[in-house]
Amino acid sequence: MPVNDFSILVATVNGTGSQTANLVLLRSIFRMGVPVGPKNVFPSNISGLPTWFFIRVSKDGYVARSGQVDLLVCLNPQTTARDIAALRAGAACFFEERLRDEIPVRDDVTFYPVPFTDLVAACCPVSRLRKLVVNMVYVGVVGWHIGLDRDLVRAEVKKAFAAKPQALDLNLAAVETGWAYAASNLPQSPELRIERLDATRDMIIIDGNSATALGCLFGGCSVLTWYPITPSTSLGDAFESYAERLRVDPESGERTVAIVQSEDELAEAGMAIAAGWAGARAMTATSGPGLSLMSELVGFAYYAEIPCVFVDVQRLGPSTGLPTRTAQGDLLQVVTLSHGDTQHVVLLPATMEECFAFAIRAFDLADRLQTPIFLLLDLDLGMNPWMSAQLEYPADPIDRGKVLTAGDLERLGGDWYRYADPDRDGIPYRTIPGTPHRAAAYFTRGSGHSEAALYTEDPRAYQKVVDRLTRKYETARALLPPPEIDRAPAARILIVAYGSSHPAVVEARDRLRSRNHLECSYCRIRALPLSDRLADLCAAHDVVFVVDQNRDGQMAQLLAIALAPSGCAARLRSIRQYDGWPLTADFVAEAIAGAAGSTTGRSDHLVARNREVEVQA
Amino acid sequence: MSAARDPTSPAAPGANAAGLTRADYRGAPSTLCPGCGHDSITNHLQTALFEADISPLRAAKFSGIGCSSKTTNYFMNQSHGLNAVHGRMPAIATGALLANHTLLGIGISGDGDTASIGLGHFVHILRRNVKLVYIIENNGVYGLTKGQFSATADLGTLSKAGERNELPAIDCCAVSILMGCGFVARSFSGDRKQLVPLLKAAMQHRGTAVIDVISPCVTFNDHAGSTRSYDYVKAHDEPLHEVGFTPGCAAHAVADDEGESPTEVELPDGSVIALRKLEREHDPRDREAALRLLEQARQRGELVTGLIYIDPASRPFHESLRLGATPLAMLPDEKLRPSREALQAIMAELA
Repeated sequence: MPVNDFSILVATVNGTGSQTANLVLLRSIFRMGVPVGPKNVFPSNISGLPTWFFIRVSKDGYVARSGQVDLLVCLNPQTTARDIAALRAGAACFFEERLRDEIPVRDDVTFYPVPFTDLVAACCPVSRLRKLVVNMVYVGVVGWHIGLDRDLVRAEVKKAFAAKPQALDLNLAAVETGWAYAASNLPQSPELRIERLDATRDMIIIDGNSATALGCLFGGCSVLTWYPITPSTSLGDAFESYAERLRVDPESGERTVAIVQSEDELAEAGMAIAAGWAGARAMTATSGPGLSLMSELVGFAYYAEIPCVFVDVQRLGPSTGLPTRTAQGDLLQVVTLSHGDTQHVVLLPATMEECFAFAIRAFDLADRLQTPIFLLLDLDLGMNPWMSAQLEYPADPIDRGKVLTAGDLERLGGDWYRYADPDRDGIPYRTIPGTPHRAAAYFTRGSGHSEAALYTEDPRAYQKVVDRLTRKYETARALLPPPEIDRAPAARILIVAYGSSHPAVVEARDRLRSRNHLECSYCRIRALPLSDRLADLCAAHDVVFVVDQNRDGQMAQLLAIALAPSGCAARLRSIRQYDGWPLTADFVAEAIAGAAGSTTGRSDHLVARNREVEVQA
Repeated sequence: MSAARDPTSPAAPGANAAGLTRADYRGAPSTLCPGCGHDSITNHLQTALFEADISPLRAAKFSGIGCSSKTTNYFMNQSHGLNAVHGRMPAIATGALLANHTLLGIGISGDGDTASIGLGHFVHILRRNVKLVYIIENNGVYGLTKGQFSATADLGTLSKAGERNELPAIDCCAVSILMGCGFVARSFSGDRKQLVPLLKAAMQHRGTAVIDVISPCVTFNDHAGSTRSYDYVKAHDEPLHEVGFTPGCAAHAVADDEGESPTEVELPDGSVIALRKLEREHDPRDREAALRLLEQARQRGELVTGLIYIDPASRPFHESLRLGATPLAMLPDEKLRPSREALQAIMAELA
């Protein structure tokens, strides 16, 4: 357990306000220049159930969940036994002194009893506030133990309570109380130490829902409709609070954005789609169950060719599933959402920068392609805080796509068809309601229509339009973010992943290289429809491991279809985690090392060609 | 795409103040059954739009699915139309009018669309008070699927096959009043004299204006034993008043040469609705009286028509949202994308 390379777990009961304390701890480490990877695992409940906050400290910058715990703050009697049982040998455990009798014995763990109840009573005279304030006591205790800069911790507490000055003194006092107690009674850790680094300069900490909300606002979104649903709710909240400061005229109080909390997800989709139809940059944010409800309207928008952005922050499982756990289970649903022949464009961000940039791009793509664009996040990306480079201001101007103005219509002599393809890229022209020209209007319908937007039951006229939609989908393929490909020299293994699996795969590749002598190329898919480059890439490797956070290997299935013509589909191996916890590098590395070995009983047949000798020796 | 006359050319004979003739308000030919009440409503709507000098280029039409919803294609073909999915007309109208609240929105829905599959959206557009003329073409029956009862069918009414409806009707006007709607009217597709001024008044209302128009289905609901047949409606129609509508700030021109003065309701833009009492006293500004009127009519088996309730001062949704004068859809890019400095300031806070 070297310096700047360990994991902290705070195990508490939800509803006790521990999140603020955990963020202070997190940000203090971050401000000391040390990379952090936090994961909040919380229940679908308001108060009283177990919640775990992991802070991975990694000088190497690994931010996936580590799966190991080196320092435990044990404040939840419900989970004490299992939390302690899961500790790594040599770990430290801080616990409430009064619960000494309930702490299981482990010889290989150092236990530090702390009189949290007494300490908080001493610094917080109001008894009803103690269950909140006690969290700051452990910040002080842990801060001392791991060697945090006390002034930085104070500064972070002040920042956390900037909007609630009346609570600041109480919380500062709690940190000081914990710190002073620990300094007098506990040792500083010889190993679990934070020492200043310079690995977080110019970086920020943000969650994916906030980064996406910012992207939507900088992407020019002017209508957001939403219905509260975990884990997308905080996207709506973040959008609203940033809109309040970015999109309100300070003098008149007038807004350049409409935010509507709808009555249900059907209305949410209907409003957003119609706003897109009428010329707004419109979006909605939801999760799987909401998306299921929207599917009829999504098909309407696809067929009537209406721009609109749909953000899906995925959660775990079919039906209600586990609303506060993460998954990538909506992929197949989204790509063909709705009945009949539909196919959608899907963006798959994996980082905070991509959440921001892809959100901006989603609005341009929606307008350019005149179709719903899906931005797929998941709970891990959306709700966990992430360390990130600063979000960059968009380089390109807003693209409103093929919109005919009154002037354009005049030049055309009013001669245009809403669903024709004059540019032969599958993308038609549209007009915005209110365009002051007698030829601007057309009638939008979800029923069968011709190029002239007239109702038709004629087989050829119907088919002409849906075949053009296929052409449009092909055009989309070239406009989307290409896969990010990192080819390892002479590697025989290719790992394909997407979204929040990214940090675990990055770490797993390093581990496979150093421990298993397995070189792996890496292809991170960033959009659907899949890039044309994948077939050649897969053909250049012997085995392709596809990492999915769903039971059925949904991306592997899409790849199998895409690779069928090339004959490479047989090289696909699916790696799937779907228990709702964020993916670990261990899981990916062990699956690949194990599968690589099991094929022949030896793993060396997949070792990179240039390292073969080394392993065989 | 439309071949309609250029409204900027010199006014044709019989043109209105918008420079358009009655023919300019036409749409595609109707494909509904001959004699359908909906076609009469379309016809009266064209008259109202023409007489109100509406510019089709400043209007948008919304509908869901059903016979009624087809009719947005049958008038004003110089206006954009959005014919979406079943029951969602209020949601799509809300979204489009959020994007551009300066458009005249005309929503057409049926009783299946509004009172069954879309009831949730119906009540919520009323709560929000989106500025929209919301016409319910109410025939008490599912026409396109051949004659099932709708949720507005009266208790005890008979289907074409002789089946009795055992469930109570949803009264869309009563629901509207309870949900806070500020313009609630009921009319009959065959009553041009009443419906045209009601439609013109609805176009001037600041929020959602609901007109529940009883519109007999000649194919599936025009038989003896039905309470939505032409004969039944004509026999039980109890008009509250004669309706007159004077737009804009014109002097109160409703001539009063026949005795008692009409009740006049002034709208915020200066338009005046004049209501000449017929059989009974009813002040449509009295919400409690309006609900009582509907309940009494239900008990008596009457079909009370006219302006049932009005609150001229109701606040429209775009004002609740504090949207500016420029529609969101027309905002220039620099209004849509915040500045580089704004992003830098946020980044500094997150560092």
